[in-house]
Amino acid sequence: MRNKICLALVVALLPLGVDAAAKFKQKLSKDQQVEHVLSRLSFGARPGDAERVEKMGVRKWIEQQLNPETIVESTALEAKLQLMPTLKLSTEQLAVRYPTPQMLVAVAMGRAKMPEDPELRATYERLSERYKARIDRKKDKKENEEEEEVAKKGIEDRLKRRLGSMTTEQRAEALRTIAPQQAVAAELTEAKLYRAVLSERQLNEVLVDFWFNHFNVFLDKGADKWLTTSYERDAIRPYVLGKFGDMVKATAQSPAMLFYLDNWTSIAEDKRKRGPGKGKARGLNENYARELMELHTLGVDGGYTQKDVQEVARCFTGWTIEEPNRGGQFRFVGKVHDQGEKTVLGVKIPAGGGIEDGMKVIEILIAHPSTAKFVSRKLAQRFVADEPPQELVDRMAATYSKSGGDLKAVMRTMLESREFLSAGAYKAKMKSPLEMVAGALRATGATLTNTMPAAQAIATMGQPLYRKAEPTGYSNNGEEWLNSAGLLARINFAVSLSENKMAGVKIDADRYSAMAKNMGAPEWQRR
Amino acid sequence: MATRRAFLKNSGVAMFGIGASPVWLERAVASTRSKKILVTIFQRGAADGLNIVVPHGEKAYYAGRPGIAIGKPGSGENAALELDGFFGLHPSLKALKPIFDEKKLAIVEACGSPDATRSHFDAQDYMESGTPGVKATRDGWLNRTLGKGGERSPVRAVSMGPMLARTLRGTEPAVALNSVKDFQVRDKMAGEEFMSRYAASADTQLKGTGKETFEAIRLLESLRKTEYAPAGGAVYPNGRLGQSLKQIAQMIKADVGLEVAFADLGGWDHHVNELPVLSNMLREFGDSLAAFYQDLGARMEDVVVTTMSEFGRTARENGSRGTDHGHANVMFAMGGGVKGGKVLGKWPGLEREQLYEGRDLAVTTDFRDVLGEIVTGHLGQKELSRVFPGFTAKGSVGLI
Repeated sequence: MRNKICLALVVALLPLGVDAAAKFKQKLSKDQQVEHVLSRLSFGARPGDAERVEKMGVRKWIEQQLNPETIVESTALEAKLQLMPTLKLSTEQLAVRYPTPQMLVAVAMGRAKMPEDPELRATYERLSERYKARIDRKKDKKENEEEEEVAKKGIEDRLKRRLGSMTTEQRAEALRTIAPQQAVAAELTEAKLYRAVLSERQLNEVLVDFWFNHFNVFLDKGADKWLTTSYERDAIRPYVLGKFGDMVKATAQSPAMLFYLDNWTSIAEDKRKRGPGKGKARGLNENYARELMELHTLGVDGGYTQKDVQEVARCFTGWTIEEPNRGGQFRFVGKVHDQGEKTVLGVKIPAGGGIEDGMKVIEILIAHPSTAKFVSRKLAQRFVADEPPQELVDRMAATYSKSGGDLKAVMRTMLESREFLSAGAYKAKMKSPLEMVAGALRATGATLTNTMPAAQAIATMGQPLYRKAEPTGYSNNGEEWLNSAGLLARINFAVSLSENKMAGVKIDADRYSAMAKNMGAPEWQRR
Repeated sequence: MATRRAFLKNSGVAMFGIGASPVWLERAVASTRSKKILVTIFQRGAADGLNIVVPHGEKAYYAGRPGIAIGKPGSGENAALELDGFFGLHPSLKALKPIFDEKKLAIVEACGSPDATRSHFDAQDYMESGTPGVKATRDGWLNRTLGKGGERSPVRAVSMGPMLARTLRGTEPAVALNSVKDFQVRDKMAGEEFMSRYAASADTQLKGTGKETFEAIRLLESLRKTEYAPAGGAVYPNGRLGQSLKQIAQMIKADVGLEVAFADLGGWDHHVNELPVLSNMLREFGDSLAAFYQDLGARMEDVVVTTMSEFGRTARENGSRGTDHGHANVMFAMGGGVKGGKVLGKWPGLEREQLYEGRDLAVTTDFRDVLGEIVTGHLGQKELSRVFPGFTAKGSVGLI
């Protein structure tokens, strides 16, 4: 029965397949090529970009984008990033200067030291008072909870509205004293949009978005609220055109990922009863081990079993975080590590390996042919077409294997391919909400003073930034964005942009109003 | 990776742009007025069914979950609520207990997919496409329940949220909806202009989605103008599920021609310290369903609400007071036509040798048996082989 269905589907898809294959052989005109590379390697063309790329030559421009360190970064961008101090801080510094609830409680209870800096000290005192008062109120009256909820929501809404009309600078200042914790997430989000719109190293920014999404973590999961800034900066950004294996290692040891996929809690089964107190009884947790293979490396059909998941989880026991709620770093704890022998994908990992077990697993996974294919297909789906030609994916996978997972080499194979600059790829993809909004702000040369309202528009279209709860990240298949709620949000964004009604964003209405409105039209939704 | 091409939308629905006849709309809506309605709810992340409907009669349940088991009925404040002497409801679901007692809520135990995957993504994909193990299926089973042709309401199929659910993708028009109130183009003139631009587009996919969108906007216009007041003293929780169900109730009562609706709630993947989070989520879940039931009142006769989650969780707790990915799970069905007040399905047991691969609750009822019975018995869609191709029902679950 199942064979019959498959057969029917194959037959149904066949004519389409042949047609599509021919389109990937069909060349683009010079103008189309320029338009195409700008729409794929950047968040969209700014006024004058097409002329610049044409003058430089498409191939040369691609090569330049593949070497972002050779491109002088926009001073306008650097000035914006300068306004947001959290972007540069370590997670420990963030936890102290933008205290988390846990940190405030710890200080209030005398479990952590009050900071020396007088200004920071004042903030701590005020906020921990508020926490204490809130805890007392909660104890008092449970029945008023609903009213309180409503009141709290009212305050939050007012705050949100007020923040919405501020500039990035004013917002940073306001949040630092009222709700420091929120500043961390706000600045991360704002910076992403500033970079997408203003950076000269566009491909680099597109790739940071792509790889963050590949190794997704969820900003709103507990400690990840203040671990994500460092995650993107230290575990993703440095490697997007480097070795894939380095990125896997960096994410595997990043507190944000260890926390998000729970590996920090995972310890050897036989160590279960050794923890102090009954409440601390712990053991193996499979979450990271599974997603590492399914989503980060091999792919779901990459040839691993449930047994492999358990064995990989054993290898990563003891990979944990030093005090996640205070912004702690990666730590390997040998005494809770499973010291026994393991077998992963048929490879024996001898007993007593300690931290090397996990490193060995990563080596096995990144060298696996399934990983070469999985990573190549995903890149091709982002840059070429929702259903990329298998031949191209195979060539990219060959480059991956030959180069030891060199992502710049894999990108070059793809970007220099006939398929990339073909009619099959041209305008074949729906823009994601981020691409749609950032592209509109670029095309209209918008002046930005606060990117939160734009981030809100992106969220309404279905892609809240840094807030995909599931480890899959957002789909790279453009057609997933095609639906009525998203379409309506796109139209409404275009209307408010054209009428200069979006806070934090200003366009030259005389020149760009008509163009902005046009961005709600069907032609603008593809890249 | 699943193949998900969009669809060339069914052109059986007459093109209706500016100047379309409201009479057409009236007729389309009237033709569906007394129709049966199906609301499906997806708990994304693999909810822990064993802590939702608690097998308190199983010794192995308590042995395997020393840190996270729900107490036997009568064992104190956080004890399960007795259902039938063997199963009990999680205490946070107390709002659903009266509905179970009124026999309008049925529970089916040990449901799931014949496919063994423990990948969230694949398992959700299969449960939404309705074809376990077949990744190439382009459309979803809920879309395939919709009859073809004739005059149909543009909001006969609604997916709550910013994305169109996989299960509603397909040839029949289906609308994704964030909020009824905001479902409009802010500038009316611009709205008219965009409507004609989408209608004139050579891009068939965008043209189709545009058409669905503008038709739905027009139909929902009257609903936007008044604040919705739930009936029967129903209070919907503020969370996503409560607000989704509230708007679905609003559309049902406004007779806009709704036939199937989809809502989801994520965050059920409880690998760590499960108890407090699950308790909060179940309160929202139970209170939302109960509010919907109360609000619809007599109209509930025409409606069935069913819940599902991609797979269950390990029978034993893991090392972090949570649970890892498992196999079988529990499904709910609520509504006038449901033979409720029972825990249905064959219980496979929790002793080690009874578990699937020695660790998970075994599947004894295919999820398509449960949905199939609702599709045929409630929606009256007799072509089950179209809804679940390649599947033969294994006999009655006893739900409808």
